[in-house]
Amino acid sequence: MEKAIKKWFPLFALPTLVSFAIAFLVPFAMGLYLSFCKFKTVKKTEFVGFDNYIKAFSNDKDFLNALWFTTKFTIVSVITINLIAFIFAMLLTKAIKGTNFFRTIFFMPNLIGGIVLGYIWSMIINGVLYYFNATITTDANYGFWGLVILMNWQLIGYMMIIYISGIQNISPDLIEAAEIDGANAWQRLIHVTLPQIMPSITICLFLTLTNSFKLFDQNYALTAGAPGKDTQMLALDIYNTFYGRVGYQGVGQAKAVVFFIIVAAIALTQLYLTRSKEVEN
Amino acid sequence: MANSKKYEWNTTPVDNPPNDSAWQEFVAGATKERIRKERKAELDKQKNENAKPKTPMTGADWVKFVILVIISIAFIMPILLVLMNSFKTNVSVSNEPFAFPNGDNFVGFDNYTNGVEKINFFPAFFTSIFVTVFSVAFIILCTSMCAWFITRVKTWYTKLMYLLFAFSMIVPFQMVMYPMSFVANQLSLDNMFGIVVIYLGFGAGLSVFMFAGFIKSVPLEIEEAAMIDGCGPIRTFFMIDFPILMPSAITVAILNAMWIWNDYLLPTLILNRQKTLPMAIQYLRGGYGSIDMAAMMAMLVLAIIPIIIFYFSCQKYIIKGVVAGAVKG
Repeated sequence: MEKAIKKWFPLFALPTLVSFAIAFLVPFAMGLYLSFCKFKTVKKTEFVGFDNYIKAFSNDKDFLNALWFTTKFTIVSVITINLIAFIFAMLLTKAIKGTNFFRTIFFMPNLIGGIVLGYIWSMIINGVLYYFNATITTDANYGFWGLVILMNWQLIGYMMIIYISGIQNISPDLIEAAEIDGANAWQRLIHVTLPQIMPSITICLFLTLTNSFKLFDQNYALTAGAPGKDTQMLALDIYNTFYGRVGYQGVGQAKAVVFFIIVAAIALTQLYLTRSKEVEN
Repeated sequence: MANSKKYEWNTTPVDNPPNDSAWQEFVAGATKERIRKERKAELDKQKNENAKPKTPMTGADWVKFVILVIISIAFIMPILLVLMNSFKTNVSVSNEPFAFPNGDNFVGFDNYTNGVEKINFFPAFFTSIFVTVFSVAFIILCTSMCAWFITRVKTWYTKLMYLLFAFSMIVPFQMVMYPMSFVANQLSLDNMFGIVVIYLGFGAGLSVFMFAGFIKSVPLEIEEAAMIDGCGPIRTFFMIDFPILMPSAITVAILNAMWIWNDYLLPTLILNRQKTLPMAIQYLRGGYGSIDMAAMMAMLVLAIIPIIIFYFSCQKYIIKGVVAGAVKG
C-alpha cells in the first residue's frame, strides 16, 4: 500500500511543499544569512559578521526599550486575562440562566481583527482622555494600559471557553467527595478544581503569552509606538527598522532573529512543561 | 447432586412448586435481583433529578446573573459606540464620543458614503473575500492531501517534512517577512492570485500538523479494504478519508479563515496594487496621525458586520473549532 501511495508524491505532497518552500523555507534560510549582511536590497549584500547583532543592541536603545515594554505588557496581560477569564468560566459553569448567551457575547471580540480593534479602542480611550485634556499618545502609560484593556477585551472570551471546557470535564464525584470530606468552596477550588484543569491552564498561559509577545496589528493601530517610540513593541520595532530606516535592513533582520529565538524558547519551554505534565497524568 | 437442575422463569410450574434447595436458591436470587433493580432505578431517578435541577435560581445566583448582564453590556459597548459614532460629525466623534447623535451632530449616512469612496471599500472587500475563500480552499485541499501522504508513507523525507512543518509553527512572521516579500516579488506572486500561494505555504505548518493528528485516528483497515477492492490512492483518499476528515477540515478552515480575513501585515508587504479590507482601513490614517475618525467609524462598522453575520450563522462550529485548534496547536 505504501508503495502505491509513494508514486503519487507529485500530486499529494508537492503543491504544499513548493508553496511551503516559497513562503517559509527559502525566506527563513535567507533571513538567517541576511542577518549577517549589510544590504539595501537582497540582490546586493555584503557579509559583515555579527555587526548587525551588535548594532541591534548598542546603536540605539530602541530594541531594548521595546523588549522591556513587550515583557511588561506580556506579564500584565497574561495575569489579567487568565484571572478574569477563569472567574468568568467559574460563573458560567453554575446553573445560571442564559449561560450560552453570555458565552456568545464574551467570545465575540476574539473574531475581530487587530487593526479594527486598535481603532475601536483608540476612539474610546481618546474619548475618555478628552475630558482630561489628553490623548492616548500624551503619555506612554496611557498607551500601555490601553493595550492591556484591548488585549483583555479580545482574549478573555477565548480563554474563558477553554477554561469552561476544562471545568466541565472534572468528574462531579471528585467535587462530591471533597464536599463530603468537609472542604469549603475555597478549598475545593484550590485542591480539586485547579489541579484538575492544569491542561487548560497551560494552554491558556501559552496562548496569551505568545499572542501578547508577538502583538503587532493592535500596537500599530492603537498608538503606532507614540509618544516617540515609547509604546513600541518588539514586532513593531522590527518593522520600523526594516521599512523606516534606509541601510538598516540587516539590523532589522538581526533583531528578527533574536525575536525568533525568544519566541522559540517560550514555545519549547511550554512544550517541555506540557510533556512532563502528561507523564504525571 | 440431585438438585443440580436449573429453574428459569416461565418454564417453572407455578401451581405445584418443587421444594428442593435449587428452587429455594432460585426464588431467593430472583427476589434479591428484583430488590437490587428497584433500588438502582430509584438511585438513577435521584441522580437525574440532581443533574437537572428544576429548582429556581437562588438569591446568590440572581446576583451573579445581574453581574453577568452588566459585564456583557460592557462587552458589547465598544461595538455599540462605534455604531453610534458612525452617524456623527468628525468633531463630535473625537470630542464627545459618548453622546447620542442629535440634531446638531447627526449626519445620517454621510460617513458611510464618504468612507466607501475614500478607501475604495468595495474593491477591498472583494479582494478580501477572494483571498480568504481561495486561500482557505487551497489550504484545506492541499494540506490534507499532504498530511495524508506523510502519515501513510514512512520514509526519511516524510519524517523530515513533518519536522519542518512543525518547526515553522514556532517561527514568528517578522523572521521571514523581508525575504518573503522579496521572493514573492521575484516570482511575480505580488497580486491577489499569487498571495494564495503564499498563504498556502505559510499556513501549511499548522494545517498539516492538525490534519496529520486527525488522520492518525482513521483506521488503516478501511483504507486497506478500499485498496483491495480496487481503489487507487486518489479514490481512497477522496472517497474514504476526506469524508471522515470533514469535521476536522471545518476546524482548520475556520482557524485559517479568521487569520487570513484579519491579516494586515502579510498582504501589505506582498500585494502590489490591490488592498485587503484591513489595509484599506489602515489607509484612512493619513500622514502623521491625521485620521478622519467619522469615516473610520463607518468603515469599522462595515468591517465588523460580515464577521458578526459569520459568527452568528456558524457559532457552534467556530467556538468548537477554535478550542480544538488551541488544544491541538
